[in-house]
Amino acid sequence: MQTLILRTISPVLCAFMILYSVFITLRGHNDPGGGFIGGLIAASAFAIYGISHGVGAVRRAMYFHPMAIAGFGLFFGTLTGLLAYFTAEPFFTGKWAFPDVFGVTVALSTPMFFDIGVYFVVVGAITSIALALEEDHH
Amino acid sequence: MSLTFFAFFAPFLAALAAPVLVRRMGAAAGWVLAVVPALLFVHWWGFLPEVAAGERITGGYRWIPSLNVNFSWFIDGLSLTFALLITGIGTLIVIYAGAYLKGYPTQGRFLSFILMFMGAMQGLVLADSFLMLFVFWELTSITSFLLIGFDHKREAARRAALQALVVTGLGGLVLLAGLIVIWNITGVSEMSLLLATGDTLRQSPFYLLALVLVLGGAFTKSAQFPLHFWLPNAMEAPTPVSAYLHSATMVKAGVYLLMRLNPAMGDTAAWATILPLFGGVTLAVGAFLAIRQTDLKLMLAYTTVASLGLLVMLTGVGTEKALAAAALYLVAHSLFKGALFMVAGAIDHEAGTRDLTKLSGLRKAMPVTFTAGLLAALSMAGLTPFYGFIAKEEIYYALSGTWPAHAMLLIVAVLANALMFAVAFAVGLKPFIGAPVETPKHAHDGPVGLLAGPLLLAVTGLAAGIVWPLAHSLFADPAATAIAGQPITIKTGIVPHWNAAFMLSLVTVALGIAFYVGLGRLRAIADRVVTGIGWGPDQGFDQFTRGLLGLSVATTRFSQSGRLETYMTVTFASLAAVLLLPMILGDELPGVPAFPQARFFDWAMVLIAAVGIIAVVWAKNRLTAIVSLGIQGFAVAVIFMLNGAPDLSFTQFMIETLSVVILALVMTRLSLTPSDHRPTGSKVIDLVIALAVGAGFTLLLLKVLERPLDPTLATFFADFSGTVAFGRNIVNVILVDFRGVDTLGEIGVVMIAGLAILALIRIRVSAAGNRREMREAK
Amino acid sequence: METLLALLIGVYLTAAVYLMISKHTIRLILGVALLSNGVNLLIFTAGRLTADVPPIIAYGSVVPAGPVANPLPQALVLTAIVIGFSFFAFLLVLTYRAYRDLGTDDSDHMKLAEPDGVRPPQGY
Repeated sequence: MQTLILRTISPVLCAFMILYSVFITLRGHNDPGGGFIGGLIAASAFAIYGISHGVGAVRRAMYFHPMAIAGFGLFFGTLTGLLAYFTAEPFFTGKWAFPDVFGVTVALSTPMFFDIGVYFVVVGAITSIALALEEDHH
Repeated sequence: MSLTFFAFFAPFLAALAAPVLVRRMGAAAGWVLAVVPALLFVHWWGFLPEVAAGERITGGYRWIPSLNVNFSWFIDGLSLTFALLITGIGTLIVIYAGAYLKGYPTQGRFLSFILMFMGAMQGLVLADSFLMLFVFWELTSITSFLLIGFDHKREAARRAALQALVVTGLGGLVLLAGLIVIWNITGVSEMSLLLATGDTLRQSPFYLLALVLVLGGAFTKSAQFPLHFWLPNAMEAPTPVSAYLHSATMVKAGVYLLMRLNPAMGDTAAWATILPLFGGVTLAVGAFLAIRQTDLKLMLAYTTVASLGLLVMLTGVGTEKALAAAALYLVAHSLFKGALFMVAGAIDHEAGTRDLTKLSGLRKAMPVTFTAGLLAALSMAGLTPFYGFIAKEEIYYALSGTWPAHAMLLIVAVLANALMFAVAFAVGLKPFIGAPVETPKHAHDGPVGLLAGPLLLAVTGLAAGIVWPLAHSLFADPAATAIAGQPITIKTGIVPHWNAAFMLSLVTVALGIAFYVGLGRLRAIADRVVTGIGWGPDQGFDQFTRGLLGLSVATTRFSQSGRLETYMTVTFASLAAVLLLPMILGDELPGVPAFPQARFFDWAMVLIAAVGIIAVVWAKNRLTAIVSLGIQGFAVAVIFMLNGAPDLSFTQFMIETLSVVILALVMTRLSLTPSDHRPTGSKVIDLVIALAVGAGFTLLLLKVLERPLDPTLATFFADFSGTVAFGRNIVNVILVDFRGVDTLGEIGVVMIAGLAILALIRIRVSAAGNRREMREAK
Repeated sequence: METLLALLIGVYLTAAVYLMISKHTIRLILGVALLSNGVNLLIFTAGRLTADVPPIIAYGSVVPAGPVANPLPQALVLTAIVIGFSFFAFLLVLTYRAYRDLGTDDSDHMKLAEPDGVRPPQGY
């Protein structure tokens, strides 16, 4: 499937899709979106890049093994739940902070970080599946 | 934390250390490890003065207060005598095992098991609460299993281990049921309290049930006929195990239980009938079968069966004299039988065989072993001034005192004792006298570790006889008192008096000598009888396991045909039945709904989805199937979108895209078509089941839709997601906040699926190799 | 609209079950894919439908202005979709491996672990 059009357009397309996936994930708490959808978009981007440029290129671009990314996501998600331990509250009690960064109030919260963990798990696991299937040419 | 509490755990801690110690110091570890039971012996010895004075000591901690379960112990004459036997003989056994298994690669494991067993047995006899008793009871079964199967590379050992576990383990469960029944009748769950509630228990309509269940536990453990067969087979274990578990301690657990319960359950018609009956038969059968053997250990094993029968019988007779005799015989038997087993083991170890017909004239080569064997045999034969003599006198005294009610028992006891007399000298004397013969190994006395145990036990049997007033006051009297539930003082000593009991003793000795001389002929007769019968419970066990295996194979073949199609058909037919039958039978079918009111694009999407589905089913080639699957998926995504679920819609779009991509990736590499190969008849049946499931779900949903929706949860999330969780996308707030732990589990599943897929793709199995395997399997 | 979807769900489950009662794993997989969509729609519909009003609170307020779609089934179905996909992918790869190593997609011929006519060991 290494057609010229796909090869030319896919890097740009993938870059935009990944950027968009981050946007979708972060806005998920207030508007349609979230870690699951964002993760799927990013995974699709990597799958497309894999089809057009080969699996090796994707692996180089990702730097980490996809399953390692998924593992990190799961670990990170669990950590956000454990934060409540320090205030002697039940596992996964939400924690919020609204620091001012350059005059803009930024909402930081454990649910948001957990959603980012979800994002990483979905990106990692689904990309890993897709790449493994694309790679297996025997 | 009291020292006694710690004493319960000390053997287990020693068991933990055993493998390490053996690795570090080799066989010498036996001497070091023996310190633990020796210290325990000293600890329990410290209770002797109090207990001999008639005290009963209880103590413990609350364990599960809500269930009224305590970790509590109960020390009286009976449990203390047992505890001293267990730790005392245990000390000698650990030393003996250190020498016996010297250089054996898994000696550390062996010592570990032995110590674990000791802890279990010690806990069993000292336990006060029923639950503790049961737990330790089953622990002895399990450690016994491990020890019998210690040489697990031989099938005979595995069989014997399994057999012992099945018989005694099942017995333990029956015992648990019995203890629960007692608990229900009396409302107490501790032995020390139970002893005072005897009348409540005896008068309860459930007394017989409780008795039968308790006897089920006691008779299996103490190898009463016809459940005796596991004990001789247990001789597959290394000799230290036979000496310790299967003569001196574990097999006496059942007897212990009966003695312990005698004040609460004894003295009823059922008790006084069942126990002497089974005990007497076991005594006779055991003594008879012992004669038939030529293997020293097997001879001793069958006499152990006989002795256990004798103890059960005496407990059942229940007169003051009988219980005193039981207490005396219990102690005497542990001493001489343990010693004789260790002698047999020493002969086996040093001469290379323990077959009676191949042994002769060892007295010069093994003088110390001979001494120990002879002393123990004299005690077993019941000759004065050994402790065994006193026990036997008391037995005859007790049984002849109740003449003629127990005439049958008395005759059995005399005959069995005479047979045991013969066996005692067959083991303790016969291998040592006569002309020396060539043995597989060059025979000589073993190291100190192999000699200390038997010699010490045999000498103790003699010493206890000589200082009998002291021995009685320390052990036999308190034990008999505890069994009877009222003070008993034993007066029988080593000096024979001219009475009926002594006459019977003389008859026994005369018969015994005759049996010993005619041992070869007796063996031939016994052999003919057993071969004539041809079937025994041991074969019965094989038939039972084979039958069980056959049954499980048959049920597995029936329920697990190995055909996916069958599983699916059964599953979905059941599902259809579960969905439809309650609605039809309960007259709960939904009413006919109004014609659907929907916008035209709703109609369009539903129709597109339906067309996609049908195309998937009918697809004759891969491409059609993939494309149709994609079409129905995207239609669903649009349906989500049209019904206020943008998140679902996006997710569905992405998933369908990815599904089509990976499906295409895989399917292009498989030369497979999804077309149907089923015959038409089968297709029709499958279609009927499928339609039933589909209709079932449609009707169920329509029924659900007839009722109003409970809005509690929807309202809760709508009200609180903005105010409490600071999120405006309620679906996302549920996912990452309200139900965050669920989501954590779900991403865990995604992760595992990813790993599994990666593993499936990466493992390289030789395809050719697999095909060959399959051909061979066919 | 609910009635319409109830009928569609019937079609979904009928087709899924019909495909799954098969010894060919490839048909089984197609059936599983349809089943997961059918069940997702079932849960979604059972929570009642609200056309065009997603469960999102308007900017600046803390509670929805009017009635919105039931968010709970949506949350349940969203994770179900992703997990359903993982499961589907796993089955697909399993079939693929089985086909490559055993040379068949007929489950009757996949009896390596439990061959016919083999009796369990009779000894101890």
